[in-house]
Amino acid sequence: MTLSLADIIPFLLLAARWTLLLSAIAFIGGASGALLLLLWRYGAPRTGRRATAIYIQLLQGTPLLLQLFLVFFGLPLLGVEVSPLAAASIALTLYASAFLAEIWRGCVDAIPLGQWDASASLGMNFVTQMRYIILPQSLKIAIPPTVGFLVQLLKSTALASIVGFNELTRSGQIVANATFKPFLIYALVALIYFAMCYPLTLGSRALERRMRITR
Amino acid sequence: MPDTQMPNAQMPDAPMIQMINVNKWYGNFQVLKDISLNVAKGERVVICGPSGSGKSTAIRCINRLEQHQTGQILVEGVELTDQVKNIDHVRREVGMVFQQFNLFPHLTVLDNLTLAPRRVRKQSRADTEAQAMHYLERVKIAEQAHKYPSQLSGGQQQRVAIARALCMEPHILLFDEPTSALDPEMIKEVLDVMVSLAEDHMTMICVTHEMGFAKTVADKVIFMDHGQIIEVAPPAAFFSTPKHERTRLFLSQVLKH
Ligand SMILES: Nc1ncnc2c1ncn2[C@@H]1O[C@H](COP(=O)(O)OP(=O)(O)O)[C@@H](O)[C@H]1O
Ligand SMILES: [Mg+2]
Repeated sequence: MTLSLADIIPFLLLAARWTLLLSAIAFIGGASGALLLLLWRYGAPRTGRRATAIYIQLLQGTPLLLQLFLVFFGLPLLGVEVSPLAAASIALTLYASAFLAEIWRGCVDAIPLGQWDASASLGMNFVTQMRYIILPQSLKIAIPPTVGFLVQLLKSTALASIVGFNELTRSGQIVANATFKPFLIYALVALIYFAMCYPLTLGSRALERRMRITR
Repeated sequence: MPDTQMPNAQMPDAPMIQMINVNKWYGNFQVLKDISLNVAKGERVVICGPSGSGKSTAIRCINRLEQHQTGQILVEGVELTDQVKNIDHVRREVGMVFQQFNLFPHLTVLDNLTLAPRRVRKQSRADTEAQAMHYLERVKIAEQAHKYPSQLSGGQQQRVAIARALCMEPHILLFDEPTSALDPEMIKEVLDVMVSLAEDHMTMICVTHEMGFAKTVADKVIFMDHGQIIEVAPPAAFFSTPKHERTRLFLSQVLKH
């Protein structure tokens, strides 16, 4: 079988779209979940502190690959058939929500307690405090670690290849098997991952710089 | 039942603040012991006492930044309980100024002042900005309205913090050592603002070691030690003839400086 690079590269780039889609779903889903976990933790500390800590520890303390298996093989046992994309989206969303909640908790805890006191003494309720005082200040510190995690997440989508989702890594495997040139193909795949991750890091630095200038 | 606690049910000359046998513990450590205190409308109260004696905790209970465990606290007749409605009501009527200023660093001075009136009192931006400029003029700092807190000196920041509290048009102001974090040359500009509020008969409770301020404007001075109120007296009597040995010892220490 003779496949030229001119055939292979477009094939891999099309597959990279699925990697991007899965990353976007997991990031947006995970960020929404993390925000809810954060509101629960600080808004109702009596239940929220323990419950969110347990959730975070469970998801951080087990391999993502196993979370993926549990969703992919577990949901059908409950009578819910899931496609590889759906299974990977669910597992990665849960995983991302736990990590982002933990990262953002650190950023919220970095805000001096006096900010809570002052806003409460002015009559602001919890949601108003979060919306106008705490989160805007946390956001600035949260950008670098959040983008760092996003890069991590994008690379972690490679695991979805194992449940048969045709993203970049799995497409690379298919081409490698067909061409018998695994080194060349996997080098190309790695390059495409790098091309997706590097701009994120650059963007994060630019954003940080801009926030520092506008104080 | 809650009806009797709403402000319109209040007696005309009932105290603005009533603390009745208030106790509070941190674990096994009792930080407030049987605190009872009445503050009338327009009354100016100074609380002093050694560090760690529970002064901050006592005034932070009045706007529920801390919770007391036994006893009662009523503000304008509204009892502070777990009821969110009561807490919200009290916090709108009670302003607070902190030792560390606690301005919002990501907002301009003007936005620091208008945020709560807009989001809590739901006033319009134009109204709140006009009001904010009024209070900034009152604390003599109107020209700094568009700066960020970090661009101001400590004394200026504290005056902004006072203006921010005033923008909620509170009936009561609490001050927790408002000059303790300031360089000596800035203390006077903040005290001047506090004196002018006192002269307008703002109901206020000030935790401070500025004995000159206590002598000039206080209606009564309270001495606290180890979580207890040891002595309450008008300033003249408090400074000339303190009844308790501990008060005398404390006064000899602070007045030395
Ligand atoms: N959150 C807390 N947990 C445990 N102890 C505390 C806490 N806050 C204050 N305390 C203790 O309560 C005592 C009174 O504190 P505070 O009211 O700040 O005193 P003051 O304002 O008179 O210096 C101090 O001994 C302090 O260590
Ligand atoms: Mg104190």
